[in-house]
Amino acid sequence: MTTSTPDAVVTTAPRLRKRAFAGRVRWWTYAFLFASVAVSAFPLYWMFVVSTNDSAAVSQTPPTVVPGGNFFVLAEQVFTTVPFVQSLANSFVVAGSIAISQMILCTLAGFAFAKLEFRGRDPLFIIVLITMMVPTQLAVIPLYMIMSNLEWIDTLQALIVPGMASAFGIFWMRQHLSTVLNNELMQAARIDGCSTWQIYWRIAFPLVRSAGFVLGLLAFVTAWNDFLWPLIVIQSPENYTVQLAIKALQRQYFVDYGLAMSGSFLATIPLLILFIFVGRKMVAGVMDGAFKG
Amino acid sequence: MVLSAPPRSTPAPQRPQSTKSAKSTGLKPRRRIKSASRVDAFAPYMYIAPFFALFAVFGLFPTVFTFYVALFDWNPIGGQTFIGLDNFVTLYGDERFWNAMRNTFSIWILSTVPQLLLALFLAQLLNNARLKFANLFRMTMLVPYITSVVATTIVFASLFGRDYGLINSFLNFFGVESIDFAANTFASHIMVSTMVLWRWFGYNTLIYLAALQAIPKDIYEAAAIDGAGGFKQFFYVTIPSLRPVIIFTIIVSTIGGLQVFTEPLLLSAPGLTGGSGRQFQTLSLFMYEQGFGNFQFGYGSAIGVTLFALIVVFSVINYLLSRRITSDD
Repeated sequence: MTTSTPDAVVTTAPRLRKRAFAGRVRWWTYAFLFASVAVSAFPLYWMFVVSTNDSAAVSQTPPTVVPGGNFFVLAEQVFTTVPFVQSLANSFVVAGSIAISQMILCTLAGFAFAKLEFRGRDPLFIIVLITMMVPTQLAVIPLYMIMSNLEWIDTLQALIVPGMASAFGIFWMRQHLSTVLNNELMQAARIDGCSTWQIYWRIAFPLVRSAGFVLGLLAFVTAWNDFLWPLIVIQSPENYTVQLAIKALQRQYFVDYGLAMSGSFLATIPLLILFIFVGRKMVAGVMDGAFKG
Repeated sequence: MVLSAPPRSTPAPQRPQSTKSAKSTGLKPRRRIKSASRVDAFAPYMYIAPFFALFAVFGLFPTVFTFYVALFDWNPIGGQTFIGLDNFVTLYGDERFWNAMRNTFSIWILSTVPQLLLALFLAQLLNNARLKFANLFRMTMLVPYITSVVATTIVFASLFGRDYGLINSFLNFFGVESIDFAANTFASHIMVSTMVLWRWFGYNTLIYLAALQAIPKDIYEAAAIDGAGGFKQFFYVTIPSLRPVIIFTIIVSTIGGLQVFTEPLLLSAPGLTGGSGRQFQTLSLFMYEQGFGNFQFGYGSAIGVTLFALIVVFSVINYLLSRRITSDD
């Protein structure tokens, strides 16, 4: 699973390998890189330390820096203070729906822009590119009014539907489809009597499954971590996403970080587990130009 | 759903030029050929329709509507009165607005500049085929990116804590007095910037690394033959080749930097003011405070419009700058 590289990387890797810079690696290179690993990992480690100790151990001088045995005490408090299980489930539903929907809709539109001829294709694609630049985050007030008119306030679809397709995803899938799917193959399929839909479903989609998976992953992570929009549109605790649940913990116990840290740690674990399996794919995706959308 | 219905209802449509299938099925499917190709001609539009429909409703319309709402004294419960540009006049005379503007730019510069320099440095270190643990380095650098801003803020708030924070314990160990990071304007900006920096430096490192790997090795060899050492190669080969990517990362960091919200919000909990003296309130948080704290939708929208204009101006400046730089070569 982790060893398979996305098809995009396959297309560029041989060229890159030939060019790769291969000088002697000095000791301080490792020193700096391991320091950056430590910096990247330490806050998560600290989250774990605080959520396994009681507050006295963390606030003594000097504070303890090793995990304690208090993990389940705090974890239990997290689950009883806020509906944490429900919020985890909500986040899975929201992020999962967005990821799957983006995979399908963006591949479909990317296929149309990459391989189909239709009137107005190029102007429409330019519009897609322009929409990538629009910071829609700033229009949250009217967006809230729309949701209010749809009577979607305090519902999960208010979180899901606006994120179901993205300009970035279309751009990303189009790039992949135009390099991977060659015209001869499409011609052959046409001659054999495939409809456009069949070419998409039987030929194009399987070819870019891997790139679509990376897109889905990034969409999942973004949706899982989203905060501003859920904060505005969700009100009742049973509709909280995990991020809102952690915030609720923080509000009640600001001085005692233990509970909020424990919640943060528990909310990060699912993504960390996911990352262990698909981290290499995500690294390849980011390096391949999966810029944040 | 709508998309899959029409093609599925037409079983294996044939093209007129496909003689083989025409022979096997006889003349009967002629009529179907027509309907199938009509569906096919329409198909591309149906494939791109979902995005355009979603964007129109949840992206374009709210953005345009922000400009409209900004012209009103708009209260979600009270009602709306058209007041023209009064919101903007009030806003540009509002000391809280200029304070938020200063904070936003300060945090943006403090987070972006060190972040991109660090990313460039680390990418340079990673760009070596003989490097061991390369995958470990790349993967751990992406861990902050998958950590949510909420979790990041909570853990850093604890590290920067006044009384028991690890950073102050460290400072005390060296005889430096504790700093109340949240209370001091500049220190609070450093605290917020650190959170932004931590989250994005690995991501930018990987983007730079990908760009470095795309530089042909021959250019370095040619430079080496011409007598350019490591530093000269870096400044005369690496940096010019990376220009487009550097400009891209600057644009993205600018758009992100002008919208910093979650960190100051959580740090000022339970309030929305970004500290007792508004010392770390950003523009986005100010917009949220006015819109959803005070329910001044019109005033909040005016802040949104201003932020929007700022982002457009900065993107255009960056774009023009990048065009000038690339045409210089």
